[in-house]
Amino acid sequence: MIRIEARPSTPRAMTLGIPVLSALIALALAAIPLLAAGANPIAAYGEMLRGVFGSVFAVSEMLTRATPLIFTGLAAALAFRARLWNIGAEGQLYLGAMAAVAVGSGALDIPGLFLLPLIVVLGAAAGAAGMVVPTFLKVRFGADEVVTTLLLNFIILIFLQMMLEGPLQDPMGLGWPQSAPVLDQGMLPPLMDRMRVHAGLIVALVLAVLAQFMLARSVWGFRLRAVGENAAAARHAGIGVNRSLFGVAILSGGLAGLAGVSEVAGLKGYLTADLSPGFGYTGIVVAMLAGLSPAGVVIAALFIASVFVGADSMSRAMGVSSFLADLVVSMSLLCVLVGGFIARYRLVWVRAGKAAR
Amino acid sequence: MTDHTVLRLNGLSKRFGTVLANDDVSLALHRGEVLALLGENGAGKTTLMNMLFGHYLPDAGTVQVAGPDGVLAPLPLGHPQAALAAGIGMVHQHFTLAENLNALDNITLGSEPLRALRRDRKSARQKIEGIIARSGLSAPLNVPVGRLSVGECQRVEILKALYRDARILVLDEPTAVLTPQEADTLFDNIKAMTRDGLSVIFISHKLREVLAFSDRIAVLRHGRKVGEMATADADEGAIARMMVGADTPKVAREAMAPGAPVLQLQGVTVPGRSPRDTLTDVTMTVHAHEILGIAGISGNGQSALARVISGLAVPQNGTIRVGEEQIARPGPATMVRAGVGRIPEDRHHEGIVGAMSVAENMVIERLDDPSVQARGLLRRGAIRAHAEALARAYDVRGPGVDARARLLSGGNIQKLILARVFEHAPRLILANQPTRGLDMGAAAEVGRRLLQARARGAGVVLISEDLDEVLSLADRILVIRDGQLVDTHSHDRERIGLMMAGEPA
Repeated sequence: MIRIEARPSTPRAMTLGIPVLSALIALALAAIPLLAAGANPIAAYGEMLRGVFGSVFAVSEMLTRATPLIFTGLAAALAFRARLWNIGAEGQLYLGAMAAVAVGSGALDIPGLFLLPLIVVLGAAAGAAGMVVPTFLKVRFGADEVVTTLLLNFIILIFLQMMLEGPLQDPMGLGWPQSAPVLDQGMLPPLMDRMRVHAGLIVALVLAVLAQFMLARSVWGFRLRAVGENAAAARHAGIGVNRSLFGVAILSGGLAGLAGVSEVAGLKGYLTADLSPGFGYTGIVVAMLAGLSPAGVVIAALFIASVFVGADSMSRAMGVSSFLADLVVSMSLLCVLVGGFIARYRLVWVRAGKAAR
Repeated sequence: MTDHTVLRLNGLSKRFGTVLANDDVSLALHRGEVLALLGENGAGKTTLMNMLFGHYLPDAGTVQVAGPDGVLAPLPLGHPQAALAAGIGMVHQHFTLAENLNALDNITLGSEPLRALRRDRKSARQKIEGIIARSGLSAPLNVPVGRLSVGECQRVEILKALYRDARILVLDEPTAVLTPQEADTLFDNIKAMTRDGLSVIFISHKLREVLAFSDRIAVLRHGRKVGEMATADADEGAIARMMVGADTPKVAREAMAPGAPVLQLQGVTVPGRSPRDTLTDVTMTVHAHEILGIAGISGNGQSALARVISGLAVPQNGTIRVGEEQIARPGPATMVRAGVGRIPEDRHHEGIVGAMSVAENMVIERLDDPSVQARGLLRRGAIRAHAEALARAYDVRGPGVDARARLLSGGNIQKLILARVFEHAPRLILANQPTRGLDMGAAAEVGRRLLQARARGAGVVLISEDLDEVLSLADRILVIRDGQLVDTHSHDRERIGLMMAGEPA
């Protein structure tokens, strides 16, 4: 018989080891469907590695893919630290992207020097605005933000389609549902010649470092952690719980909005309704893999981006489906969830019906 | 009383990490006997009972239980199901009832075959009514348990054990939530049941009831059994010495003239969904150099009163004055700034953030203080040094100030909170159930600190369900009942007990 006992504390090796081990187990488990598809798993993973690290271009592609995931991963990690379950990063990403093209495509006459900062600020503000109503409903009426933020995603997506066929539609776009392009002065500059990796990555990394520092060292971070770990005690101690929640909600929405800004103004240049292949949702996986640590978010985002980019190139080389990437990502999430359980509890084997000596 | 042994614990030992929770404990329980298990918190009483009930697996030792035929047979350890089948019933301190179900369903829950299509409620009801008739334990069977009083819930728990044909009943601090009168009734019921052959182990801190109602007393200290005697041969001082290893420190409370008012509530009304969070037109004054005791049965508005003084509840009507200052916009931070030190009722839930460090928990009420932060950043070195000094001054023991606060024992968590509260010399102290669940040593420390604050000139509001504590510490005693305060003008235990129960004294 197996019994479950709570651990008094989690060993440090576990907090670090579990995400890494989970990722490895997920990759190992993914070998089974690879075998079933008739591919040699070792060769396949070799292709995958080459697809991510085989060339400067491959690395640039991986970093390009990691950039929005760092933003959405931070959005989820910070909110989750305060036990604010923002599942709406996908919608907030599109709000940020809409704001970026609305001001960035030359409809407003803005001096070129100010255009990029304005795009960034307004994009973040638009994403943040997406969290205001759900947070208000949670604080005021106790409405579950999981439901409100999740459902808001679909509302925003429909609103986006309306905008792309209406006010935001590119007049030169031959009737396609896409926005006018962001002006050159409004674009985040590429980091390398003829590569897609762009300055959005630097912004994401700076924000991750800043978030890590503020969470551990600032009074703001102290309040946030207290509210997340024990809201009743935080309230009793005189911490403004609702204020903290609103603060982190706005920050979380803003970070998700920046993911949209970064994709539009760093990569695509214009906005379509398929800008994000679920970056908002994948950000939740990133945050969980990272153990809700901002520094960990960077590593987890790099890992997941590698899986996606590597699986793409593997599927081209080996002729297996690139859905394998989704499989690895979801399995590593499951492994992390199981690992989280193991970190908090230990299993005790009890020999049935026998007293210990 | 017969001499048949129904339960025998042989040399049980249990180690948690470096702590030896039980060390070679042997006990015997006889048919029809009430055995009181006494000891400070952390003495190992609950661990011992949890091993008996199969929640923990002992490192060493065996348990024998008499079957219906009276023959002792070894009990498989580590299996609650086996303990239940052997006729051992346990009533925990915290009830394990489903509030939305009525008593009948709660009692039968879990003892019905899972695959039965229809529940035989009629015969279940008959069986329960039979038990009620024999034992005198009455509880309304058709009302959702959430609407029953604490005493009734406890009787439902006991009925649940008896319904499962328990021949041995373990009660973990059964009177902690009862009025003295309710407790007396409970013990009368228990006496009636033991005449039918039930054997009872009850865990308690309270010497008075142990002396009055048990047949035999076993005392645990530091996991070891340090004494066992027939109650008839025992005296209060001797048992207390056994429990703490020394004479209990008598509370020395010198007379003091009350000073200026430090807290005035005037017509304070807090509407609530249930009586426990309702206050109706409460007026009270606490003076400097005064401990005001609030006695009452659990759930009569104590938490509402505490929430008002803590700043967590905003009264609908009435005024709050701390010292000279009228509190216009009450809030926890406002109250802290006004000089109110708050010791919350539920120290784990409201007192500390368990996942944060001891040092962080010591400054959590003063994050705006320049000693804690500079330009929005935490002064980690200062916070740490401050915490180490406080931990020394208040004897907070544990794995260090950087460790998570939840790793501290209950007594040390309370000392952490005391340190946080008393460090800033508050002019008013709200102590809500400050010694609940603490061992004698830690409880005495709380009392000593409260008296010290009183001597310094603070006013203290002491809310406690432990009447003995109120009687020994308070200068003046009010009774809270149905959200209203009544002055007792007395220190008479019997009279106050009756007022708590709502009877005209």
